[in-house]
Amino acid sequence: MYSQALNAPTGPVDTSEAAARFQARIDAEERIEPNDAMPDAYRRTLVRQISQHAHSEIVGMLPEGNWITRAPTLRRKAALLAKVQDEGGHGLYLYAAAETLGVSREELVEQLLTGRAKYSSIFNYPTLTWADIGAIGWLVDGAAIMNQIPLCRCSYGPYARAMIRICKEESFHQRQGFEIMTTLAHGSEDQRAMAQDALNRWWWPSLMMFGPPDSQSQHSDASMRWKIKRFTNDSLRQKFVDATVPQGHYLSLTFPDPDLHFNDATGHWDFGTIDWDEFRRVLAGDGPCNRERLAARHRAHEDGAWVREAALAYAAKQRATPLREAAE
Amino acid sequence: MTEPATPLWEVFIRARTGLAHRHVGSVHAADATLALQAARDVYTRRGEGLSIWVVPSNVITASDPSDKDMMFEPTASKIYRHPTFYEVPDEVDNM
Repeated sequence: MYSQALNAPTGPVDTSEAAARFQARIDAEERIEPNDAMPDAYRRTLVRQISQHAHSEIVGMLPEGNWITRAPTLRRKAALLAKVQDEGGHGLYLYAAAETLGVSREELVEQLLTGRAKYSSIFNYPTLTWADIGAIGWLVDGAAIMNQIPLCRCSYGPYARAMIRICKEESFHQRQGFEIMTTLAHGSEDQRAMAQDALNRWWWPSLMMFGPPDSQSQHSDASMRWKIKRFTNDSLRQKFVDATVPQGHYLSLTFPDPDLHFNDATGHWDFGTIDWDEFRRVLAGDGPCNRERLAARHRAHEDGAWVREAALAYAAKQRATPLREAAE
Repeated sequence: MTEPATPLWEVFIRARTGLAHRHVGSVHAADATLALQAARDVYTRRGEGLSIWVVPSNVITASDPSDKDMMFEPTASKIYRHPTFYEVPDEVDNM
């Protein structure tokens, strides 16, 4: 669903002639393709960002999968099933894009399972009621779309192409979420309260999805220079708040932020201070569901081991058969 | 990791008859049958195609991007391969 702008390119700035040639291609808005020459730091940054993004899609299936069997109607259930399947598909497009940079699928999966690779902090929060499915579609997918649209113009071709497919599919996700919120907001007192409670719990974590404030993310310079990233965390966050607040007010819901108000001078919604300690805590593994999410991925991987083994053994046997027949 | 790698396949989809198959991405699968099924699930959830090809990635031979100039530059100078190189009198229209 999205990568959290934690992809700090490391090391000193490369001043070689090759790096200058590469930068000239980027500045000319040329797309970089897998076999092209590229600085090591560019490759490393992309592998980290794309794989975190892929892991987020895969882990992102878990909070929503929790409600598939308990969706209130068949229509909602079919839509949620399709949405969760899309998230799986998005993870696969992104793994494939990361693999073009020379890292294997098996390595990527192992990095997730051993906790060496991160995924978006948002998926470490629990889905306590059905309204959470509405709030996730509306807010979490809404924030993801805000983040992902500029990535469709990312300098790395395979990543940009994957993002175009993902963005096309993602807009149904946000609309189905908002539809759930609308139904609940127009429903009984209890349903309204459920919608409000979900908004209260998901609002701040959704704002954290855009990553640390610009004043703290000293590394986004390189990503901007390489046109992996085109907007800063804070500018995307503001865009999301400006788009989302009127939607919530339309439903007559309130936002859990006493400082939220429209600033006539700037034309933007000003909002309160984000609890960055919570963000760092959740990212470091101490969110409400970190252990549960990783345990679920481990279980899925281990339970699937015999299937992968059997499929490979069958393929090997099929390959061997015609040869044996020819020899007879 | 001790597990053997699952082979990689490139996926090509024909969006509708009359169009060529076009590369859309890749999948991992143990054999061709599974690759086709995976490609169906991953790349055609919204009626994107009528036909799929899957090709083992390791059998594709590709030109080297660093040979780009040597490979493709010569065609740039052969402007006589384009119809506009030739002069036709105005009286003869639409040739």
